Amino acid sequence: MTALADPPIVEARRDGERSLVVAFAVMVALLVVGPFVVYPVFLMQALCFALFACAFNLLVGYVGLLSFGHALFFGWASYLCAHAAKRWGFPPEAAVLFGTLSGAVLGLVAGSIAIRRQGIYFAMITLALAQMMYFVAVRAPFTGGEDGIQDVPRGHLFGVFDLSHEMTMYVFILVMVLASFLFIYRIINSPFGEVLKAIRENEPRAISLGYNTDRYKLCAFVLSATLAGLAGALKALVFQLASLTDVYWTMSGEVVLMTLVGGLGTVFGPVVGAFLIVAMENYLAQFGQWVLVIQGVIFVACVLVFRRGIVGELAHALGVRL
Amino acid sequence: MVEVFGIPSYALFGQLLIGLINGSFYALLSLGLAVIFGMLDVINFAHGAQYMMGAFAAYLMLQYLGLDYWVALVIVPFLIAATGIVIERLFLQHIRKLDHLYGLILTFGLALIIEGLFRNEFGSSGKPYQIPALLQGGRNLGFMFLPNYRAWVIAFSLVVCFATWFAIERTRLGSYLRAATENPALVRAFGINVPRMVTLTYGFGVGLAALAGVMAAPIYNVSPQMGSDLIIVVFAVVVIGGMGSILGAILTGFALGVIEGLTKVFFPEASSTVIFVIMAIVLLIRPAGLFGRTA
Repeated sequence: MTALADPPIVEARRDGERSLVVAFAVMVALLVVGPFVVYPVFLMQALCFALFACAFNLLVGYVGLLSFGHALFFGWASYLCAHAAKRWGFPPEAAVLFGTLSGAVLGLVAGSIAIRRQGIYFAMITLALAQMMYFVAVRAPFTGGEDGIQDVPRGHLFGVFDLSHEMTMYVFILVMVLASFLFIYRIINSPFGEVLKAIRENEPRAISLGYNTDRYKLCAFVLSATLAGLAGALKALVFQLASLTDVYWTMSGEVVLMTLVGGLGTVFGPVVGAFLIVAMENYLAQFGQWVLVIQGVIFVACVLVFRRGIVGELAHALGVRL
Repeated sequence: MVEVFGIPSYALFGQLLIGLINGSFYALLSLGLAVIFGMLDVINFAHGAQYMMGAFAAYLMLQYLGLDYWVALVIVPFLIAATGIVIERLFLQHIRKLDHLYGLILTFGLALIIEGLFRNEFGSSGKPYQIPALLQGGRNLGFMFLPNYRAWVIAFSLVVCFATWFAIERTRLGSYLRAATENPALVRAFGINVPRMVTLTYGFGVGLAALAGVMAAPIYNVSPQMGSDLIIVVFAVVVIGGMGSILGAILTGFALGVIEGLTKVFFPEASSTVIFVIMAIVLLIRPAGLFGRTA
């Protein structure tokens, strides 16, 4: 029986991969043509948020841990990257690396505290830890309080490429985000990723199979925080600004929203969600506080009638993986 | 002037009083969260927004209908509880079978909607609310000055907290509630209308938040964002106390308020973060929370 059951599964997997390859090709094509059609800064902003959402999705979609405090890594990496580039004169690659590593360190500390509880408590703990670091950011002298760190120099990448050119910057961001995207895809399809999914489905069973689930969860948390840090560091260079907005709880809420709209646990969902929400916010900026109301309505609608998200629904309708 | 630990007693006891006031609100709000969580398995993220609605309702009643604080204190909790009941019927009852996280996300969305609507209507600036005439002024206790209104807030929230504890732990209705928390199917089989109890429980929790909001109106400025930062602190309080025990929630709320107040005296830089630091320490030593049961 098992021998008979094998071929269709292999075939299904190959089919699933085909849809992913096609979707990836479409995404890359759109992003290459994009800057000639749309304002490049908008695309770079959306790409940074897409990476942020993918990092967040790694945790909620594949381990089942809903972090309500991911702004902590995004915002602090953004501050530290900006600080390194502006005050210490780091070249952009070193500043981004510094910001990313700080995301990893913060992830290790916050993760080891937060994974001690599951489910609803995990969400509340991550939210509380992020709020604590928000207050630290408000008080710390180097963050510049309400002003943030402004006029962060983009510098020359590897001393060669001048990032103050909008297109050069765009290529740099695009390469970094696509590389991280493929890295995340690699993680979720590795044996390590299979264990993460097993923990999501049934943690006691994973434990009984001999997996040290806490260590796997912490590892996933640190990976997610590191990539969220990378996204924050890149965003600091794009806007040449690090500010309190990026560490506040509203930012944690936004990344939940992007991932939810795109589709929790889908490969492309967070990217689609990020582009949609960033576009919506740019378009609605003129309406002031209505953005908050509309975000809230989308949250409620997603939970009540649209839990698979856009990409999730599409994949479900077509019967493929996306 | 009297001094304690090298700190003027007026400053020390003044901050202790502010700590107790904040503690009253922490206790009332975390109590509501615990009651709702026990029955609905939902962490009510909209709790802060409902507290803000309570404060605004009191402000608007005074401004436009001329109804004073005492009327608001009685009417507003029922009014806001009614909106809570509508929310439970419209939204929360449909997600009962889903993962708990969807409840958190849904109520987060509701909180954004409520806060956004109030900001559109009233702007972001705070609005003052007069302390009721009966409780204006205060008395000098020798070592500190005690404003009457603050004494009232502490005393009244203690009464409300213990009344809630008594209702849940010592009355027949409370025993139904506790039984339905443990095993809703069985309680339903005994002919008790559990869905209605769930709805009313949510309304009750929301009413508690609104009551806290009315009491807070004369102390803090009434503003649309007064609830959102507070609710995160209350989440930390709930994590520290664990949601298993009503008395635990009350005690943790007051204790953390006092600790926060004392931190303001001795180490003011840490006053906004101390509760979160305590949460981290408690999680490292006793992950289930001080009064929580390990699942």
